[in-house]
Amino acid sequence: MNDTLAELTSVSRSYQKGKERVEVLHELDLGIPAGDFLAIMGPSGSGKTTLLNLLGGLDKPSAGTVRVGDAVLSDMSNSQLSRWRATHVGFIFQFYNLLPILNAQKNVELPLLLTSFNRAERAKRAAIALDIVGLKERAKHYPRELSGGQEQRVAIARAIVSDPTLLLCDEPTGDLDRSTADEILRLLQILNSEHGKTIVMVTHDAQAADYAKRTLHCDKGKLERREQA
Amino acid sequence: MKYLGLIWKNVWRKKIRTSLTILSVLVAFLLFALLSAIAYAFKAGEDVADAERLIVIDKVSLINMLPIAYQNRIASTPGVQSVTHATWFGGYYQDQRNQFPQFPIDPYAYFSMYPELQISEQQLAAFAKNRTGAVIGREIAEQFNLKVGDRIPIQATIWTKEDGGRTWEFDIEGIISSNDPRGSSAYLLFQHDYFEEARRFAKGTVGWYILRVEKGANPAEVANAVDKQFQNSANETKTSTEAAFSQSFAKQFGNIGLIVQLIMGAVFFTLLLVAGNTMAQSVRERISELAVLKTLGFEDRSVLGIVLSESILIMLIGGLLGIGLGKLIIGIVAPSMGAFLPGLYLRPESIMLAIGIMFVAGIAAGIFPAFKAMRLSIVDALAHA
Ligand SMILES: Nc1ncnc2c1ncn2[C@@H]1O[C@H](COP(=O)(O)OP(=O)(O)OP(=O)(O)O)[C@@H](O)[C@H]1O
Ligand SMILES: [Mg+2]
Repeated sequence: MNDTLAELTSVSRSYQKGKERVEVLHELDLGIPAGDFLAIMGPSGSGKTTLLNLLGGLDKPSAGTVRVGDAVLSDMSNSQLSRWRATHVGFIFQFYNLLPILNAQKNVELPLLLTSFNRAERAKRAAIALDIVGLKERAKHYPRELSGGQEQRVAIARAIVSDPTLLLCDEPTGDLDRSTADEILRLLQILNSEHGKTIVMVTHDAQAADYAKRTLHCDKGKLERREQA
Repeated sequence: MKYLGLIWKNVWRKKIRTSLTILSVLVAFLLFALLSAIAYAFKAGEDVADAERLIVIDKVSLINMLPIAYQNRIASTPGVQSVTHATWFGGYYQDQRNQFPQFPIDPYAYFSMYPELQISEQQLAAFAKNRTGAVIGREIAEQFNLKVGDRIPIQATIWTKEDGGRTWEFDIEGIISSNDPRGSSAYLLFQHDYFEEARRFAKGTVGWYILRVEKGANPAEVANAVDKQFQNSANETKTSTEAAFSQSFAKQFGNIGLIVQLIMGAVFFTLLLVAGNTMAQSVRERISELAVLKTLGFEDRSVLGIVLSESILIMLIGGLLGIGLGKLIIGIVAPSMGAFLPGLYLRPESIMLAIGIMFVAGIAAGIFPAFKAMRLSIVDALAHA
């Protein structure tokens, strides 16, 4: 196995719900090697999104440590996490979450506003990212003028534009039909195999999980490995 | 500012709502411009201390005439450098509505009293030489298409002639203009000698005196000294600044300063509600977008700054348009208001104050929505998207 890119060590995450304390993740250990394409499956409410949020520095564990690359996320402040996210991780959501007021190109450029790139460099990098996802000719289109599959491609371009090592996808094909979903999943495979992105993908869809290198099942705060057939 | 494009797009997210908000900001600042110009114009006369010229009128009423004999006595009062006089003629040209002021005056004395009135040497000499000569302001010449050499009939409403006639005819000998931005020359001047000779009644009197205070003399003391001389005479006097004199008509409307403040208070309170509501709505409807920005790595204070900037930008767009429009309107009406309310213009300090208010109002309207956006939890916002 390669070096571990991300590592969760006895991570717990609990929420206070009224007087009750709900433990979503319980002393979880997980290592993700660099170059991995990991699918996470599990019933609704099992903590899959919570796990992604911890890996992406959007949330902090109640106990345990989260490390990605050299960064120990569980020890970092909110603004440190913000700066870290800008360059180290890309997020892809079920509902794409593009800004409706910006065209595809400008949506993809958004993360680059946080870098020192000038206008021309930002435009160039966004164009490259759109080219990778096959949407070069839709650069000037607004989200409402794109299909679901195209919107998700723009979202993927936005996730990779600042060249992060880690991509976190939360049900990226949950809102798409089979063939469009397959196209998106093939794109993720290419990003994994040819562009060296480490990918963690949450999905309800076993066929989608088949595109990953391995799949973990999440249930009641525990992860369970079922090796690929 | 890299975020300007993003901020601009956000401002115009709902075009109609933003336009209406900007329109209400525009109206508020237009009112601000007009009212502050008026309030300043009213206040201008209150300061006697640095006045160079003083006006002597009858103590009882502006309408009462003063004896011409007062001229020498005023001239010999300590602290008085020079003195001249004028009278309200109150006629009209062609039509009752064309009521620009006319004053019978003493040409050389009057023009040396008012150096800001521009006239060529030749025209002044021609005016002084012609008993029925007159000069008119550039504004009037343009409005009625009059030029030097024209004969202009003025219908008297007060001053009938000795022969019972009401039409006074003058030869236009010159066109005058004022190089004081606050001043006006929208009136007609003619020879007091002709007026004195041809009028039917009140001979030997003038409407008011204008005196120039000697350099170094205290205007307030000079005013007192003048008024003291005429105490217990048939015509007691009241000496005050020019501005106070011009405004003695307008002051009847009451405490203008207070009225202005009350109106502006109400306007800006409403403005804050309108703009605040716009910003609150704008943030509420894009919670998930704001969460996405944060996910991408935008820091809390950047999100705060973006929302606040939107609010300030709306205020600046509407406010600057309103002030600009106000300046335009004041520029158009000021010349015709010159005789009634001199000094009607938008002061630079009013514009600076307005810009300050735009920033403060922008912050006030945007601060709560901006804090809401800043405090937003990404995890919660995305979960409920
Ligand atoms: N901010 C929160 N406050 C309280 N409880 C929370 C919060 N976030 C998540 N939970 C709870 O944690 C549990 C796991 O949530 P999570 O979103 O991780 O599940 P999931 O596996 O992603 O489910 P789904 O497949 O429906 O997306 C749920 O029971 C949820 O109610
Ligand atoms: Mg989930």
